[in-house]
Formats: sequence, C-alpha cells, structure tokens
Amino acid sequence: MENLGNGLVFGLATLGPGIGLGMLIGKAIESMARQPEAAGMVRTTMFIGIAVVEALALLGFVLAFAI
Amino acid sequence: MGLILAAAEWGGEFEGVLDPITSLFSTPIIFGEDWRVAGVSLYFNRATFIAVVMTLVAVTLFVAAMWNPKVVPGKLQSVAEMVVEFIRQLASDIIGPKGHRYVPLLTSFFVFILFMNIAKITPVFMLPPTGRIAFPLFLALITWFVYVGAGIREQGFGHYFKELAFPPGVPKALYVLLTPIELLSGLILRPFTLMLRLFANMVAGHILVVITLVSIHVFLPSLPWGSLVGVFGLVAAPLVFGFELLIIGLQAYIFTMLAAVYIGSSVEPAH
Repeated sequence: MENLGNGLVFGLATLGPGIGLGMLIGKAIESMARQPEAAGMVRTTMFIGIAVVEALALLGFVLAFAI
Repeated sequence: MGLILAAAEWGGEFEGVLDPITSLFSTPIIFGEDWRVAGVSLYFNRATFIAVVMTLVAVTLFVAAMWNPKVVPGKLQSVAEMVVEFIRQLASDIIGPKGHRYVPLLTSFFVFILFMNIAKITPVFMLPPTGRIAFPLFLALITWFVYVGAGIREQGFGHYFKELAFPPGVPKALYVLLTPIELLSGLILRPFTLMLRLFANMVAGHILVVITLVSIHVFLPSLPWGSLVGVFGLVAAPLVFGFELLIIGLQAYIFTMLAAVYIGSSVEPAH
C-alpha cells in the first residue's frame, strides 16, 4: 500500500509539469520556426522556463522516496 | 515495471537479486573506515572511488590535449578546444561581455558533471557519483556562492539585495506578495532545484539502467514465459543506454547553462 502511494505521488506530480512542458516547448519550437534568427535567445529562455517547470516534477520524484 | 512484476509471478527469481531500492545505491566502504578529522569520517566508498577515477581521467585527457598545443590542433586538442569554445560561447551569450571571467568555472562544471555522469553507463563502474546527494549539493552551493558574490561585487551589497527583494517596475502594493516569493526563489529555490534536478535525473537514470540489466539477468533463464521479458530487456538495453547518454549530456549542459543564467542575472541587473 505504501509503495502504491509512493508511485501515485510521482505519477500525479508529473501531470501538471507534463502539460506545462508540452506547451512551453511547443511554443518555443513554433517561435524558432517563425524567426530562426532568434533561435539562440528563444532556446535560452526555453531552458530557463523548463528549469522552473521541471522542478515541480522533480519535487514529486524526491517526495515519492522521502515520504 | 508492471510487466516485470507480472512475469515474476511466472517464476522469475526475485529473492536475493532485486533487493529493496536502497541497495541500488549501497556503496560499501573500500578503506579508511576509521579515518576521522573533527568527527567527520573521511572513508572511501565506491562513489568516492569512481569520482576520483573519473576526475583523474578528465584531468589526464585535458592535460594530454594541451601539453603540447599546436597551431593546427590534433584530434584530442581540437575536442578540448571545442569544449572550451562551446562554454565560452554560452557564457558570452548568456552573461554578456563580463562572462569571460566565469568561463573556467563553467567549463569545470560542465566537464566534471559530464564525466561523473558518464560513470553511470561505464562498464565496471555503473554508478553515477552525482546520484549521491553530496555531489550535486556542493556543486549547487558553489554556484550559490558565486552568483551571490558576483551580485554583491558588481552591484554592491545593498543594491543587489534591494534589486532582488524589490524588483523595479511593479506597483507598490504588490511587494507584499512579491518580495517573499522573489527572496525565496532567488536565494533558496534556485540552488535547491539546481541540486535536485541533477540528483533526481541521475537517480532515475540509474534505476532505469539497473532495472533493464537486472531484468535480463533474472528473466532470460526462466523458461518459458519469463524469458520473454528477458528478450525485451535485451532489446531495450541498448536503447536505454543511448537514452541515458542523451540525458548525461543534457544534464551537464543544463546545469552549466542555469549556473550561467543565475550568474548573469546578478551581474547584469534586471533588464
């Protein structure tokens, strides 16, 4: 039962960041395709955004083992 | 995972092969169990040993590449120059003209993390030292000290913390909400997520590699149905290794890039 809970913690924690990452990277690719000359700037900003969004999923991963 | 568990019902031997998940990270002490300085034990375990060996490999490669530099670089020298040039480009893109003084630090971060991570899929080692919390923790702490120090030196103590706590161009009433969030994210959450990202990725990758390899080892001999999982593991193993190679490079790059972003945000005040 406890293992099930651990799995659920991580599984549920991935839902929001999953959607967020999809939108974020999709938009970034869209804007890179529109303006290839701005690709470097967009990529940097995208990685910063990914770092913020991904942190939530990682917290879920760690909490799954910590609880 | 569900597939493996289902096949275990058919007669895979779990006992003694798949211990609880903590045993994936068991690092027996090699020597120096009694070495203590001021209550801190200095023993050598497997993770430390791997870290020392991989560091020596990295240092040897770079020294060999740059021992006798030529105008027309050889293979090793051009790879080493490519790495440094890559980080220099990244630093000047993100930090700006003041980024040149941080190129040695960022290059060390990149090469160190890359080599630590490669131990994850190196035969014989098969354990990333960055999957132990101490390594990401100290890398994140170094980054914290560097970016706070850079902010204090470039902007002055009061100005740096004022910019951090009260970002300009915001209505006064919002500071009630914004200041705690900005302080939390700028001083605590940044190094914390930096540490956690590297750590969690390495732990997850290590578990993935171990489960794939152990499923081959356990299930391939268990006829008739269990061996199907073993065959699946055999097919999946090269794919998993390739995927892990991608993650290894990506994590080293992301850590370096985020360190550069944080340094850049304190060197250049908010735009």
